[in-house]
Amino acid sequence: MTKEAILGAIRRGLKRGPLPGDQAAMLRERMAHPPRHLIPARSQVPRPDQIALLVRNIEKEFGTVTRVADSGEVPEAVAGYLAGQNLPSSLVMAPHPELRAIPWSSRPLLLIREGRAEATDLVSLQHGFAAVAETGTLMLPSAPERPTTLNLLADTAVVVLRASRVVGAYEDAWDLLRAENHDALTGGFMPRNVMFVTGPSRSADIEQTLELGAHGPRRLHVVLIEDDPAARAA
Amino acid sequence: MLTTSPEFKTNAHNALADAGLQKALAFSKPQFMARRSAAVANLPEFESLRDIGRDIKNHALANLDFYLETFEDNVQRAGGHVHWCSTADDARAAVLEICRKADARTVTKGKSMISEELGINAHLEANGIAPIETDLGEYIIQLRHETPSHIIAPAFHLNREDWEAQFRLSHTDLPVDRVFAERRDILTEARGKLREKFLAADVGITGANFLIAETGSSVIVTNEGNGDLTQTLPRVHIALASVEKVVPTLEDATSLLRILARSATGQDFSVYTTFSTGGRRAGDLDGPQEYHVVIVDAGRSAMMGTEFQEMLRCIRCAACMNHCPVYGAVGGHAYGWVYPGPMGSVLTPSLIGVDKAGHLPNASTFCGKCESVCPVKIPLPKMMRHWREREFERHLQPGGIRTNLALWAYFARRPGLYRLATRMGAAAMGLMGRRRGRFSSLPLAGGWTAGRDLPAPEGDTFFARYAREQRASPVAERQAK
Repeated sequence: MTKEAILGAIRRGLKRGPLPGDQAAMLRERMAHPPRHLIPARSQVPRPDQIALLVRNIEKEFGTVTRVADSGEVPEAVAGYLAGQNLPSSLVMAPHPELRAIPWSSRPLLLIREGRAEATDLVSLQHGFAAVAETGTLMLPSAPERPTTLNLLADTAVVVLRASRVVGAYEDAWDLLRAENHDALTGGFMPRNVMFVTGPSRSADIEQTLELGAHGPRRLHVVLIEDDPAARAA
Repeated sequence: MLTTSPEFKTNAHNALADAGLQKALAFSKPQFMARRSAAVANLPEFESLRDIGRDIKNHALANLDFYLETFEDNVQRAGGHVHWCSTADDARAAVLEICRKADARTVTKGKSMISEELGINAHLEANGIAPIETDLGEYIIQLRHETPSHIIAPAFHLNREDWEAQFRLSHTDLPVDRVFAERRDILTEARGKLREKFLAADVGITGANFLIAETGSSVIVTNEGNGDLTQTLPRVHIALASVEKVVPTLEDATSLLRILARSATGQDFSVYTTFSTGGRRAGDLDGPQEYHVVIVDAGRSAMMGTEFQEMLRCIRCAACMNHCPVYGAVGGHAYGWVYPGPMGSVLTPSLIGVDKAGHLPNASTFCGKCESVCPVKIPLPKMMRHWREREFERHLQPGGIRTNLALWAYFARRPGLYRLATRMGAAAMGLMGRRRGRFSSLPLAGGWTAGRDLPAPEGDTFFARYAREQRASPVAERQAK
């Protein structure tokens, strides 16, 4: 059998048979409690600085951010952003309870459809699971209430993110996922898909010169809800 | 993929005479180097992270059989399928079978070097299935019926006017008088063309930067989002990965990701880093129904336990070729197979044989830049030397080289004679070259002087001068001790 042939060849190279039980147990233990490696110091800073670092990094990567005091201000922030970009005020929104709880009726001109994105959608509104300050990176795990196509198909991707979900390093984001997500199929924590998104889509394939707007969204806008008292700048 | 590696010398000669290629190399190469060094300067921990990256990959390789089996268990737990393939033939057959079962007519593809190596596109085409490359660089390469000239920038050898010309030739349904005023116009046209393909495809094929044993996930890293559309929209997702891609945990992959993008494009992090685990879950509104991982050996396991095992640490960032003076002079196609530059010069002889690819490890100035920028510290020059030794042992070099080496070895083993001979040579050349200070042609070294001048020796040898200066400054020598 091919599998055995490949594993056998690898073991011959390693000059051993299958791993002895105690060594395999050690490796299983390492996977059950994955050791963290070196975490860069840049994100290990007080909460307000962490948020500032996130915003700075998103903007460095050609994303934009609007900071709002509470979820009541989100509709105005979204409508204002779309108007400012001369974009239509209709969008497809993730069917997430936190997004549904936003008082959209305060901006009745926003046309909202819930569901996955289709090729014709110009604007998508996604729920931000977490964000990593280290590089301005959004963590977007798939779920029925957080469809993956919302990250990819629309020209403009808007993500609503709570400041309390901003972490320093990617490892902190994995910890949130490990702690909070339950995958019914595997009994583990990994959903079908986890996307780390850092800015809008781009390509440098033409003469190694960066151009925004390759196959994914041309614009990435984050509406950051300041729900974390510790995170507010003094 | 077919190889022209045996014709490296001819390839290189042609590359040096190719004005378009030379223009592209001159324009693009400095940008990669500058971006990497800026990204590295911005992360004080970068050097420590290189050590960690090396150690993670060494740990994974030392337990490769265990982590591959664990990976398979976890893929299956998530409802996915793993296909083990010893050879390129096996892998092509496995991919074709999955596509046939899915009744596939068109297949979208994310950029994957293993797919190039296996020749997936040609095999699908021969069997009536249309593969469509969706990475911008791969897309134009496919339109031009070429191969990638760089492992992360497939169209490295092309200039803007090449893009415009090809798009006008291929996209005949668009107005002939359209204007490409900026690079963005080229990008926008490709985006429009490929959008239809993404939506119509039955199967999406991607590579994998990493496989995660702990979760049974495949990881892709892209900037365009094409890989994500490829693995999200069709009914079936196939991830192609060679055996050495597996790492134990998400934390291990995360550490490697910190050095990957910085070494590759000089970004802190790529735009999209995506972990795929199995197919669509109950209640999911999107994502593929089926998830397959094709695990390919194709020569890797034979490197285990040899002096080339460390090459399997490679995370395909391309820093080595971006900093290589030889790659910078001849570009990627001259290397004649899938992997160019220093990593290719080590890997290609391992995978297709040193009899075919023996020129490649010789195409090095041994400046050592590749090793100094490698994020996982692969000793590339040392390995190229190993290949030279093997090539010598197997009598693969032309007779002239062997005779000259034997002549040199005769003198090198007799230091007195060696010094005498070099002193005479240096004195004679110093005398002859006194007027111009350099030679533009020399007997027996015409190949060398065809490309540059040899500075004339000043009449003395290093040994002689060193001995003289030692005698002249006994104080300095004592202080140094």
